[in-house]
Amino acid sequence: MSLNYVKFSPGFEAFMPKEYRDMVEHGPFGKKTTVSQMGSFKEILEEHPMCAGCAMTLFIRLAVIAVPNPEDTIMVGTAGCGRLAISQAAIPFVYGNYGDQNGVASGLSRGLRIRFGDQPKDVVVMAGDGGTADIGFQQVLHSWFRKERFTTIMLDNEVYGNTGGQESGMTTRGAVLKMAPLGKKFEKMDMVAMAKIAGCAYIATVVPNTPRRVESCIKKAVLIAREVGPTYIQAYTSCNIEYAIPTDQVMADAKAVEDDRYKFAEYVSDEAKEYLTARYGYKEFVQKPAAAVTHA
Amino acid sequence: MENVSVIGTQNKKGQVITDPRVMMNEAPRTPSFYTGSEVIKEAVRRANVDVMVAYPITPQSEAAALCGELFAEGYIGDYFRGESEFAVMSQCAGSAFGGARVFTTTAGPGTLRAMENFPMWAGARLPIQCIVTCRGINSPLSIQPDTIEIAYLMNTGMLVWHAETAQDFYDWILKGYMVSEEPDVHLPLALCCDGFFVTHTKDTVDLTPADMCLPPYDPYRSPVPCMDMECPPVRMMRDPFVMKSNYISYATHASWQQEIWAAAERSRKHTIAWLDGLIDTENLDAEVLIVASGTAVSQGREAIRLLADEGIRVGLVKIKTLRPWPQEELREATKHATHIIVPEFNVIGWLAREIKSTIPRPERVIAGPRVCGGMTMPPEIIVEEIKKALGVRSEVLAGRGG
Ligand SMILES: Cc1ncc(C[n+]2csc(CCOP(=O)(O)OP(=O)(O)O)c2C)c(N)n1
Ligand code: SF4
Ligand SMILES: [Mg+2]
Repeated sequence: MSLNYVKFSPGFEAFMPKEYRDMVEHGPFGKKTTVSQMGSFKEILEEHPMCAGCAMTLFIRLAVIAVPNPEDTIMVGTAGCGRLAISQAAIPFVYGNYGDQNGVASGLSRGLRIRFGDQPKDVVVMAGDGGTADIGFQQVLHSWFRKERFTTIMLDNEVYGNTGGQESGMTTRGAVLKMAPLGKKFEKMDMVAMAKIAGCAYIATVVPNTPRRVESCIKKAVLIAREVGPTYIQAYTSCNIEYAIPTDQVMADAKAVEDDRYKFAEYVSDEAKEYLTARYGYKEFVQKPAAAVTHA
Repeated sequence: MENVSVIGTQNKKGQVITDPRVMMNEAPRTPSFYTGSEVIKEAVRRANVDVMVAYPITPQSEAAALCGELFAEGYIGDYFRGESEFAVMSQCAGSAFGGARVFTTTAGPGTLRAMENFPMWAGARLPIQCIVTCRGINSPLSIQPDTIEIAYLMNTGMLVWHAETAQDFYDWILKGYMVSEEPDVHLPLALCCDGFFVTHTKDTVDLTPADMCLPPYDPYRSPVPCMDMECPPVRMMRDPFVMKSNYISYATHASWQQEIWAAAERSRKHTIAWLDGLIDTENLDAEVLIVASGTAVSQGREAIRLLADEGIRVGLVKIKTLRPWPQEELREATKHATHIIVPEFNVIGWLAREIKSTIPRPERVIAGPRVCGGMTMPPEIIVEEIKKALGVRSEVLAGRGG
């Protein structure tokens, strides 16, 4: 890794736009930043076009702060609202076609490993529910079955937000949305179960109103994906526009959805637990010694 | 960045990294009797490829699997089977975004399944090489040779070359990387051949030494930064243009699209040097010319021989690159011709259309004979077409009516 890529080319400082200068001077690179310092450094450019109060934007900001090694991380995205903010973050962003993010990430992660060996270059996918569970489903599942070593984050607003509010596979049953004029006829897809079956080494469901938890889950997911295997985070990131959630109610909605269908759950494979403990000093997975059994 | 020459050093497999001009133009050649699929393997062996992604579809499956053997032997950095052609081309894109030299192969329905990726590759300036062993695309399912897919590829922004023989294929795979990866080009290459006719027949091909290989791809010569976090500026997509004003958005996209096609134009000079011209010609002073690409050129040569026996002299233009399109070359080559015969292996006659839109007096172009759906093209039907054009009586060919 070289931090040179976040420096100005000599002589060009004065000509760079202000956002770029802020990013170079106040970015998270080479520092260990946390979500509690949010606002004191530059993880994203102000000028993103997402709707006011959009919970997805907040989640993306948290995710960008949470990645353990921003100067050596590439985000892969796809069409959808999230891309409009992710591509404004101070982290390189790759976009291929709608729904092919896990294929692009597979190739990218392998290409980087061929060029740089196992020196960590983290690949993180962030895509919508439509991009992940519908149009990208095959590539998502296959990247997991192949045990591709990168993190997949689903920004689940339970709708096709960017195209104006159509039903997705992650929409809850009965919801009336565009293209589901009589209400959705089938259940919300259980992508967490599928991640488990396909062999993800780490899976978590989170909501954006618990920033520290989001941060900790993303850190674990990215670290595990470096060496152990694919990791999956499914985040509820409401669409206040399509679900008509008043902006001051966005967090209350997140809480309600958390209690209803987005309870925090975390799965960590045994191998991943061992790896986090041995390699990164995680204490939470250390087995407590079993109480001595006495035989009378 | 330090500028240390890698020429003369060895790659991981112990091959000597050789100046490509020396390797292709001066190194000794060994005649070898191989199928087209085996020739693809032999070219890739010498191409210093980092990543290949494979997927089965006739008639490229064998070549794609043979490249797997190369990976097992350590000649390719990484190799795997994707889950569909769309996925394969996305995976190729990912590796190329990360700065790897990438190779893949597809055919017919695979090409169309993957299609969204090709303009994306061109737009992202990824110099991926995709071998296209053309086959039919229609319902009911066909696996037969047919070049219809080239019509679609020609409008993607990729470089498109059309090989006639296994020897072309061998040389052009290696030369293709040299052209594609030039900083002022940096575009993907669709290297096409007629499936089965080239892939599944044996031919004598002069191979360069197996212990020589191309220099590795240098991603830092790319005109857009590769996504390895080693290379400024920090991001590829500084602003998502869809959110800007329509004016900024369309101005940006329009100028970028033009730049992609300009890059294809700039490939001309490199291609002319490597392929010794975008076209090959014979007997341009003849009144009748056959202008063709792919194996239709070989059939044209046979027809020319048959006609020579009858005292009719016919010239030949072999089109090697479809993108860049040899516009000036064709105008010059067809200057004296009164009849321009364009035999093709597809139903729509895309090559004839392209030629008609290029040369003066397009009524000289006879868009045929055309065969499709896997039919072969006996030289006799080209002979017949030429005689018809010249008003010479010919024997009626069996089954073709009176
Ligand atoms: C091949 C293709 N099909 C359709 C689209 C149109 N499209 C763009 S964004 C989008 C919806 C995105 O929904 P989701 O993935 O859930 O992300 P969100 O906008 O809700 O965050 C669609 C359908 C496209 N860009 N490409
Ligand atoms: S449409 Fe919905 S998901 Fe998209 S930015 Fe607006 S509120 Fe957020
Ligand atoms: Mg969505």
